[in-house]
Amino acid sequence: MAPAIEIEHVSKRSRLYHEQFTSLKERILHGGKVPFEDFWALKDINLSIEHGESIGLLGHNGSGKSTLLKCIAGIIRPTEGEIRSSGRLAALLELGAGFQPDLSGRENIFLNASILGMKRVEIEKRLDEIVDFAGEEVERMIDNQVKYYSSGMYVRLGFAVAINVDPDILLVDEVLAVGDEAFQRKCLDRVSSFQRYGGTLIVVTHSPDMVRQVCTRAAALNHGEMIEVGDPNDVIRTFRERLMTGVYSVDDVDDAEMVKSELSPLWHEVEITAVEVVYAEPPRETVRSGEPLQFRIAYRAGGADVTDIVAGIALYNSMGQLVYGTNSHLMGQDLDPVRGQGVISFNIKDLPLLDGTYRLTVGLHNLGGLQYDHWEQQVPFQVAAPGRDIGIARLETTIEVEADGTIGGGGPVFTRSGRADKPGPADQPGSGDKPGRAEKTAGPGTAG
Amino acid sequence: MASQSSELRTTGAKVTLRSRIVDIVAYRELLVNLVRKELKVRYKNSVLGFMWSLVNPAVTIGVFYIIFTLVLPNSIPYFVLFLMSGVLIFNMFQNGTAAAVGSVVGNGSLVKKVWFPREILPLAAVGATFVDFLLQSSVLVIAFAAVRWRVGWGYLPLVPLAIVVALLFTTALAVWLAAVNVKYRDMQHFLGIALMVWFWGTPIIYGFEQVAHRLSRYHLTWLPLLNPYAIVCLSFQRALYNRRVVNAGKPTQTVLLPNHGYLWYVGVLLLVGAVSSILLVGAMRVFRNSEGNFAEEL
Repeated sequence: MAPAIEIEHVSKRSRLYHEQFTSLKERILHGGKVPFEDFWALKDINLSIEHGESIGLLGHNGSGKSTLLKCIAGIIRPTEGEIRSSGRLAALLELGAGFQPDLSGRENIFLNASILGMKRVEIEKRLDEIVDFAGEEVERMIDNQVKYYSSGMYVRLGFAVAINVDPDILLVDEVLAVGDEAFQRKCLDRVSSFQRYGGTLIVVTHSPDMVRQVCTRAAALNHGEMIEVGDPNDVIRTFRERLMTGVYSVDDVDDAEMVKSELSPLWHEVEITAVEVVYAEPPRETVRSGEPLQFRIAYRAGGADVTDIVAGIALYNSMGQLVYGTNSHLMGQDLDPVRGQGVISFNIKDLPLLDGTYRLTVGLHNLGGLQYDHWEQQVPFQVAAPGRDIGIARLETTIEVEADGTIGGGGPVFTRSGRADKPGPADQPGSGDKPGRAEKTAGPGTAG
Repeated sequence: MASQSSELRTTGAKVTLRSRIVDIVAYRELLVNLVRKELKVRYKNSVLGFMWSLVNPAVTIGVFYIIFTLVLPNSIPYFVLFLMSGVLIFNMFQNGTAAAVGSVVGNGSLVKKVWFPREILPLAAVGATFVDFLLQSSVLVIAFAAVRWRVGWGYLPLVPLAIVVALLFTTALAVWLAAVNVKYRDMQHFLGIALMVWFWGTPIIYGFEQVAHRLSRYHLTWLPLLNPYAIVCLSFQRALYNRRVVNAGKPTQTVLLPNHGYLWYVGVLLLVGAVSSILLVGAMRVFRNSEGNFAEEL
């Protein structure tokens, strides 16, 4: 059987015109020669993707990853080379692309599905499923014009149509990060069931965490070249260490401004001027699990002592979940009064976190809780973990097999139907009686 | 997943015309759906709905009647019917190409995000105007029936043939225009003017022979026949209006249509049909060659 996608020596040249000469007159005035510059968006890409594989294309903006995806989808034709695909291909580049605001939801399902290459009989068979997937709200308004839909409903209907086209190959361009959390979960569930049934998935993203979550293989692109293909963890590590140094792009930071809307009367009496992330082994701008990490918060206060200052930090993972938070008050430390400029440091001893991008929130407030300054998830830092374990925290775990071993005597025992013995007052959550998933050994010892 | 379809597709620097045609045929349902959408959207939120398609020719007939019998009377009997014989089919050409020229540009959001054979877009534009033309023709039929006009029954088979030829020619231009307009947006402005000139250059408001006999002095009788749409309109007029010479025998006698038989019409129609087919193939080549960059140019 032919591979799902076979990319052979694909290059794509884009012509950047120095000025926008799109009319005939302008071209004639310039004697048919408009100054331009050739720019290779893709350079000799070779990649073979087997059926059932899930591959993530990683890269920054302008790396060519989206161009490659569009070439695979057939939206853009490569300048050189060839892409062969076998199987029905559906691209989720934009949900609800081509929805007609004046048509009803039902009419749009038919139109959109036929744009995606579905036959009328197929659509009719799947109509209920599509409407069902889009959710109750959409179902109620299915015969209303789409222009009356909320943007959430619009996206839900778009995804419902696209995923129900029943593709063999699904191309996804970061669209899964849409809608509310419940719907996102639903989408991811649907994508993973698509994978389970042998579908081929190609995801374009700049988020290594997304690749780790859904992909079996990854490819990193930089300036139109494929710099590495292989196991997601290896590729992500390369990507982090080679390509992400110093490029915590500004586009992620804007939200932070929002938080300042609730200004306290003490706002900026003490100001955070900068935050430094001190990694264990500079210049490597990642921290490995088990290594120490230091956050240095530079502040500037007025001429008078500020006596009741409390400094706090909070770490969030890429899903926006709070991983850890503390402050000097909770730590039982009364900080010395501050005046003028200075630095407050938080030292984390053995960072027990998994691979990923995290964000640091720092704040200064007084004992009464009134804020001096607050940076919400504004400081990113990278953790590179060697293993493939999953979850939020990295727990040092060992595993052993006891032949002829029995359970009981140690702690509470659970059977399928619930707790086997009566809960006693001395019960404590058992440790070590239920090794989690099939990790062999994992721990900071293997890092570095 | 469930479907084990073995759809093989190759995207390379070069795409054969044949594979494009295979793609278009495979997406014929989309074509139908887009035509349906076009018509639905056009009359959405209007009380009369598709009746508007009928109001237009009906009012045109009324206006022409008033102008050419009361304001500027001429000697041609039922001049309105002569006019309408040519106007409707020319409108199809005019509206079809005008809708097609912006069809790719106007659907930019779609073209940039979803793959499908983009030729479908101008085809759907022509398709929608064709459906419109069929609706409008019913008004024409009513008008002819109302005055119990004696149409040329023997020439009537020319009508479907002329429609097919007109469709071929319109489609060829539509596909070419849609592709060229992506790069040179001048096209859509230029087209409006070109169509106006084309309309007056086609024997619709005047009879073919009225021009031809003046040109005969310079041996240029063949010149208007180079206009493919002149032949389409002539065929319509011959079959429907069915009067070659009006007011015969009187001093004001006017010759409208050339003195040719049925076979001549069939012959020239087939010739125009063949030329249009070649043009269509050429247009599809142009479209295919520029299609790969549509997503970037929009």
